[in-house]
Order: sequence, then structure tokens, then C-alpha cells
Amino acid sequence: MMDESNPYLPYVVKIEDAWFETPGDRAIKTFKVNFVDDKVWDTWSHSPGQCAMVGRLGVGESMFCISSAPSEEGYLRFSIMRMGKVTCALHELEAGDTMTVRGPVGNSFPLEEWEGKNIVTVGGGIGQAPLRPVINYIRSNRDKYSDLQVIYGARTKEDHCFKDEFGEYNQEGTACHLSIDVEEEEWSHFVGFVPNLLMEVAPSPENAVAVTCGPPIMIKFVIQNLEKLGFAPEQIYTTLEERMKCGIGKCGRCNVGHLYVCKDGPVFSYATLKDIPEAFA
Amino acid sequence: MADYRFAKEKLADVLSGLTDYKVFAPTVTGDVVRFLEVADPAQVSLDYTNSNVPPKELMFPETETLFRYRLGQNEFDATVPSPEEKRLIFGIRPCDAQAYSIVERLYRWDFNDPYFVNRREGATLVGLACADPCANCFCPSVGGGPASEKYLDAIMFDLGDTVYLKTITDRGDAVAKALSSVLEPAGDSEKKAAEKQADDALSKIQRSIDTAGIPEKLPSLYDHPFWEQFSDRCLGCGICTFLCPTCHCFDIQDECEAFDGRRARMWDTCMFAEYSVHASGHNPRPTRKERTRNRIDHKYSYFPTKFDVIACVGCGRCINYCPVNIDILDILEKSKEAQVKEEKTA
Repeated sequence: MMDESNPYLPYVVKIEDAWFETPGDRAIKTFKVNFVDDKVWDTWSHSPGQCAMVGRLGVGESMFCISSAPSEEGYLRFSIMRMGKVTCALHELEAGDTMTVRGPVGNSFPLEEWEGKNIVTVGGGIGQAPLRPVINYIRSNRDKYSDLQVIYGARTKEDHCFKDEFGEYNQEGTACHLSIDVEEEEWSHFVGFVPNLLMEVAPSPENAVAVTCGPPIMIKFVIQNLEKLGFAPEQIYTTLEERMKCGIGKCGRCNVGHLYVCKDGPVFSYATLKDIPEAFA
Repeated sequence: MADYRFAKEKLADVLSGLTDYKVFAPTVTGDVVRFLEVADPAQVSLDYTNSNVPPKELMFPETETLFRYRLGQNEFDATVPSPEEKRLIFGIRPCDAQAYSIVERLYRWDFNDPYFVNRREGATLVGLACADPCANCFCPSVGGGPASEKYLDAIMFDLGDTVYLKTITDRGDAVAKALSSVLEPAGDSEKKAAEKQADDALSKIQRSIDTAGIPEKLPSLYDHPFWEQFSDRCLGCGICTFLCPTCHCFDIQDECEAFDGRRARMWDTCMFAEYSVHASGHNPRPTRKERTRNRIDHKYSYFPTKFDVIACVGCGRCINYCPVNIDILDILEKSKEAQVKEEKTA
């Protein structure tokens, strides 16, 4: 857990492995890291949905979701898109280098409440990162949940994260529905935006929970379509992101209305967010 | 609780007598009054309306190092102040003391912020009652008063040639004990003069706001056009937040010189675009309209929703120092009118 006496002090982690999920200017790179001080594991525990500040000394730190499930023991994973100062500096790092992790922070998906239900995940682009631990948590507790449907889209074939895992989902009887935004050769799945793929799959709201994460505009239309499919606000969950500095509800900037995304979130039900106009600003 | 007095000309002796404490007091530096550690008691002044810079900087400095490190070595040298260090804030106004108690709720929320909290735990607050509130003071509207004792360990009243000192807590009594050679017992005349001064000061306050219903109603005015009436002339300078005793937002930055680095935090302001802009360039508060709205909503709705207290002490600084005369009370009054109109049309 976070250093209680000083929550601003990070842990040092060593990168065990690092690879690119997607190519391009805004490449996504996954880092598999382990604590340099092995004793941190004695007190560390995180739940799917929780985040951590990942940083590089001399540059700074930014908030990322922990994209590995707790069942993936002995390491943490972060999938990071190259975007700003900190993420560019992190992308320079390779296996063997060190970075810093401060966390876990924030709330998590209420997976225990969801036991016995059908789960639908709806992801877009890097938005699949916080959904991956949900999917893997359910996969490792398969008997506790009913159907699992993974709906995931990206701009192009190459822009999907975690491509190597899609095959595993299907083998286990988890339906995996993929999309790309525009037609490409050798693509046998759906072509179009994620909200349209959702309508194509048309999951039933019966005894179901839908979890969505992606670009704000996608989340907006996915929620609209989920409501069309009959999902009540209480059945829809999403994660929000804002600029963050402290991660512990002090520095002020990540508020949407009276809620701090870093502490009250990042996981919210739509029942909570629908009355907060700033949530989708 | 006990009553004392000292001759105002003995102020330097009083300050010099507080040898057990690190003493901070209102000091004139150029045109600015701010709380500095007392180096020369002669520079300390009790003749000011309120300090230009609020004493929040004593708990939450403008810039402070969180920890130091050396690149390539993964060790951190945290620079957390000790709660054992006895600090005395001499001459703090009741409103600024109240501001500590407000910000403290956030800084103790689940995670203690050790930098703020340790300084606060080691601090004794010897307040100075206001005899002449400023034109924009409205502390009674937000739970304070020119002579409010609520958040102080002791309070002083400047009675001209004499200063009346009343201790309120054990920490206040400890201060009186340390000053036993300088203080004399106060008589009825000082007590009565202090009471009269407090009553007079209260009657001199010209501005007020009835806050009832504001925290609940503000979120419903999210899209109301009245915000632009104020934000259109905002320059985005941030002075309303930097000099606000309850504004507590900060940025965190790494700084390196060769291999020696530090992670530091510094005051930040929700009035700047950079405050909330995402790495992608998307900004959830892209213009001054959204930023002005957030400043007011945060103080008068979000903070009370979360921490049961309005994050404003009515010190008037944001009104006094705004270069384009944006007035928080005008905004709040407008919000109340706007609600009435909306309710009528509903």
C-alpha cells in the first residue's frame, strides 16, 4: 500500500519487460514492472480499476491505471500512450531500467457486487487498459460470473492493445467482438465505431452490467446506446480521467463537480455521473 | 483561560520572550505585509488591516521541496517538517485562522498530508482581533467575526497604548506562561474596551451574503449565462486564488541540476488553463467561464458538499486584489437571482 507516513514518496520499480502494443506517434507501450524492494509486495494489494502514479525521476509522474489483474502475481503492468512530457520520457525506458510507482490510489470496480451477473466490457483504444484487469479478474474467477462479452474497437487493426490475448478469450467461451473504424484488408470483424459495434452485438440488459472506457466522445455515445438497449444508469460503469498531480485528493485539479476522480473515482456508475454535467466536459 | 495586558511599546519584549518558539509575525516588507519569521522584532507591525499575503504560506509555502534524490540512485530524502517544532503565529486574523481549519479537512482526508499537517500540529495561534475591518470584509456571513476566538489559542486586542491578551486554550496559556515577566493581569477596563471594540468592529462590516441554499443551488446553474458576465472581463491572473487563504491547490514538478534533483510542490490556480489541460490537449475547462465557475462552485458548493463547510472566510482579498473588480459577493448574489428566475420559469 501507499506509504502512510508520506503518501508523496514513490516506490522504485524495475522494468522486467517492455513492448509496444501499437505503433506510431502515439504508440502504446506496455511495461511489466517489479518492485526493487521485494518487501513492498507484503503490503501491496490492488483491485481492478485502481491506478498509480507512474514516473521517472527528474521528469515527473502521471496517473495510469494498473492494467494487470491482482491474479497476475509478482508484477504490475502499465500500458502507456506516448502523449506528453512524462509519457515520452517513460517510453524511452527499456527492460532493466527503473521507474517509480506511487499507489495504488482510487476506488475500483465493484466486482463482488457483480457476482452472478453477465458482464459486458466496451472499450476503445487505450481505454481497454482499465478493462483488461476486469476481464482477467473474471477469467480467473470464471465460476462466479455468467456470460462475459468483450467489445473492443480501435482506429485500425494495429491500434488494438492486447491483441495476443483475444484468442484466449474465445477459447474460454468469452465472446470477443472487435472493430476498426475504417475498412482494411484481411479484417473479418466489424467495421465502424464502437457505439455501432455495441448495437450490432446488442447485449441484453437482463441481469447484466456494462463497463465502458475510451475517449470521452465514445463513452458518451456508448452510454446513449446502452440506454437504448435497456441498461439502467445503475447498470453502467465507466472510468474517468483528468489531469492529476497528487493522486490523493489534495492538489485539487481532477474534480468533476464535487467528486475527485483520483479518490472518489476513477470508477463511477452512470447513476452517479448523469447529474454531474462536468463529468463529460 | 486568563486575561492579560501588555504595553504596546513592549511588543518587542513580548516577541523576544517567546524563545521556545519559532515565531512568525506580520512584517512590513516594501508595500507588502506578510507573515515572516521574526528576525528583528522592530519590523513587526500590528498596524495593518490584514496581511496582503495570507498566512496560509506558513503551513503551505508557495514552493516547498517534498523530497530530494540523486539521479541514478533510487533513494529519497523526504523533507517533512517535524510536528514537534513549536511554531507560533503571532497576530493572525481570526479569518485566516478559520481558513486553516477549513483546509485541514481536505489535508487530513484519508491521507494525511504530512507537510501541512505536521506544521499545523506544531502551531500555536495567537490572534489579533480586527478593530477596523476592510471595506470588503464579510466574515460574519461565513461563520467568523472580527473578534472570533473559535480557531485561536489566544487573542489580542489592540487598545491603543495597551494590548489586551486573552488565552483560550492550553496552548494559549503556555504562551502566557512563557511571557510571565512581560504580561500583567488585565483589569475590567481592558476587558470592557475589548468587548466594545469587538462590537464596533462588527457594526463596521458593510458587506454580507446570506449563504443559505447556495451550496445546494449552484450546481443547477452550471449552464447559466450569468457566469460570462463575470468571466468575460477576467484576465486569468489567478490573484484571487493565490491570495485566498482557503485556496490549497498545488502543482508538483521535478527539478534537476546535473544529477541532484528534487520533487517540489508549488501553489497552482484553477484560473490557469494549464491547471486542467490533458496531455492530449483536451481541456475540460477550456475558457475563463468554466474556470470562474469552478472557482465559485468549489468554494460554495463542492467543498461544503464534501467537507460540510464553505471554503471561504470572507477576508475580502479576492475582491480587493482583483485587477478588474470581479467580486465574489456580486457573483453569489447574481446566482441567487438567477435561481429565482429559473424557478419562476420552471
